[in-house]
Amino acid sequence: MAVRLLYFAWVREAVGIGEEMLDPPPEAATLDALIDWLATLSAGHATAFADRTRLRAAVDQHFVAMDAPVAGAREIAIFPPVTGG
Amino acid sequence: MIRVGVQTAPIDLADALAGIEAAGMGGIASFTGLVRADDGVATLTLEHYPGMTEAALQAVAEAAAARWSLGAVTILHRVGTMHPGERIVFVGTAAAHRAEALAACSYCIDRLKTDAPFWKREATEAGERWVEPRAADDSAARGWE
Repeated sequence: MAVRLLYFAWVREAVGIGEEMLDPPPEAATLDALIDWLATLSAGHATAFADRTRLRAAVDQHFVAMDAPVAGAREIAIFPPVTGG
Repeated sequence: MIRVGVQTAPIDLADALAGIEAAGMGGIASFTGLVRADDGVATLTLEHYPGMTEAALQAVAEAAAARWSLGAVTILHRVGTMHPGERIVFVGTAAAHRAEALAACSYCIDRLKTDAPFWKREATEAGERWVEPRAADDSAARGWE
């Protein structure tokens, strides 16, 4: 099922776009597995997702851990640690 | 009594404080964060996650209201490009007495640092860079758990 992927800050710059609609394979069932798959899509994706320790994520606008399941998600965002305030 | 906002326009302190004072409580606390001129920063640009950001600010304000007896909570955060000296964030709280207002204000600003999806980019004469998170921000937010 297609899911909306959103990228922010330097992740967005490395991928080259801020969002895309994708249909991940069934084995991309957790964020970690999804990111493994995303990293194969282009050189930009590979650069953005090379260091997992520098990435954070939200599934349907809730912060989640990298081992979180993504089945049924409509919107997944991947970004650096936040720096607001 | 809860007001949150993500805006590109400058933060109007008089308006923000008037909203807090309108709660009719005796104790008003507020925090205003300004863009620092550290290390020759010429501009600071805030990127955010539209939709999630507003929900995150609302959740922080609701958590403060659940924890302390408050008459009002306002959280305003600017996004886009700012210069040193400009207001980037405002938190205001109203309670019957100062201790609750001050504690709730401190709680909101600590939680904002880790719970809201904002990313800072600094521009200096040497170039631009994304601001890395500070370990002190994480420990300040965890201190309220």
